Amino acid sequence: MSASPTIGVLALQGDVREHERSLEAVGATALRVRRIEQLSLIDALVIPGGESTTMSKLAVMDGFMAPLRQARLDGMPMYGSCAGMIMLADRVLDARPDQETIGGLDITVRRNAFGRQVDSFETDIDMAWLGGPPMHAVFIRAPWVEATGAEVEVLGVIDSGDRAGTIVAVRQGLLLATSFHPELTGDHRIHSNFVEIVKGNR
Amino acid sequence: MPNVPAIVGTDRVKRGMAEMLKGGVIMDVVNADQAKIAEDAGAVAVMALERVPADIRAEGGVSRMSDPDMIDKIKEAVSIPVMAKARIGHFAEAQVLESLGVDYIDESEVLTPADYANHIDKWQFNVPFVCGATNLGEALRRLTEGAAMIRSKGEAGTGDVSNAVTHMRKILGQIRALSAMSKDELYVAAKELQAPYDLVAEVAANGALPVVLFTAGGIATPADAAMMMQLGADGVFVGSGIFKSGDPEQRAKAIVRATRHFDDAAEVRDASRGLGEAMVGINVADIPVHHRLEDRGW
Repeated sequence: MSASPTIGVLALQGDVREHERSLEAVGATALRVRRIEQLSLIDALVIPGGESTTMSKLAVMDGFMAPLRQARLDGMPMYGSCAGMIMLADRVLDARPDQETIGGLDITVRRNAFGRQVDSFETDIDMAWLGGPPMHAVFIRAPWVEATGAEVEVLGVIDSGDRAGTIVAVRQGLLLATSFHPELTGDHRIHSNFVEIVKGNR
Repeated sequence: MPNVPAIVGTDRVKRGMAEMLKGGVIMDVVNADQAKIAEDAGAVAVMALERVPADIRAEGGVSRMSDPDMIDKIKEAVSIPVMAKARIGHFAEAQVLESLGVDYIDESEVLTPADYANHIDKWQFNVPFVCGATNLGEALRRLTEGAAMIRSKGEAGTGDVSNAVTHMRKILGQIRALSAMSKDELYVAAKELQAPYDLVAEVAANGALPVVLFTAGGIATPADAAMMMQLGADGVFVGSGIFKSGDPEQRAKAIVRATRHFDDAAEVRDASRGLGEAMVGINVADIPVHHRLEDRGW
């Protein structure tokens, strides 16, 4: 197997290109996944930022949801940012009752938890486990993690201000998720960490 | 950890919001029922307005920001982002829309301009703005004023896609031309585009706008959407094309599907089947020049 894993980016809608660039920047081969057959070509999958209501609906319309769940059950590593985090969550609050997810992360997330777009913000998050300085994080109509199961490792929390203590990055086995968008800032440490998870899985 | 403030209303969160809409369709809606139909069809956002452009065109008169009650009802009805239109230059309408908590403001030529010299100073707002453009210079002037997203204007309310094509080709062609220029030619290019040199140099270096570029104005069919995406649009605004057609639910789904699978002819073909009547079109060429919306905004 080649040293460079092929990582798909689910391209139903959202900031696909930014994730592709981040993945390429850390030495992975990015593949835009638009058809179910393409799932057999990839070692792992990124679910990008976007509108989770829409992304979920499009996944259902295109018949993607069941194959995605199966791929996850078969052990495909997945990373989701923002809407992608919601797609990987087992439980979603403040969503339409019919919103489906891939699931797998034993977490409860709240959609648009920080408010509407006028409340979208940037801040620094301590990510000592990644090495290096705090990560500058961009939150756009972002979800937060309201509850986590026993198997879930909390990787990032907002550490100051009135949102202090809010969980915004988690990992459970081969699934990684962030409330924020590392693909928008040029800080590739999360993507690099995901590639390491993928390599460790092969 | 030092106490790090959370900063709202930055360029990055404004522009980033538009990045999240890419590959999607934003639909004009005039009430909560239409908003639900749009969301069910897979729209990535809705644009709340009082009358769709085709009706504005037919009924004439001054066209303004929507009633806040109507916007509130639409916000309550859907979980996708809600955008709303303010008149060009009408900063007080924009202030009202911001206080309503809309997710994006469209400073739009579809409404009657409030100021024939100045656009809104969009840097004064935390809510992001999208603006129309017919060419690169116009797009860059809007960015200079603080717009965080651009849409090619087309000619709203016609169902005639030709101006959308003209404007998209113009903007992207001008970007390609900039990219081919030597550094010393960019000074004159900036002068001719009537746009700041730094922004012109940035576009030349990246071969792209620093913000998301959607298409708008005349998209009425799945194939229209697919063509605009193939021409280089990041996503599609559909105004009158859906709710002025015979079967809005099916047409909305079909346009969403064709936008997502824009380069797959079989998908676009199947999305085009059995949609019933498209909106009644008006040829842009038949509209008197002073009734064309594309010339509003400068």
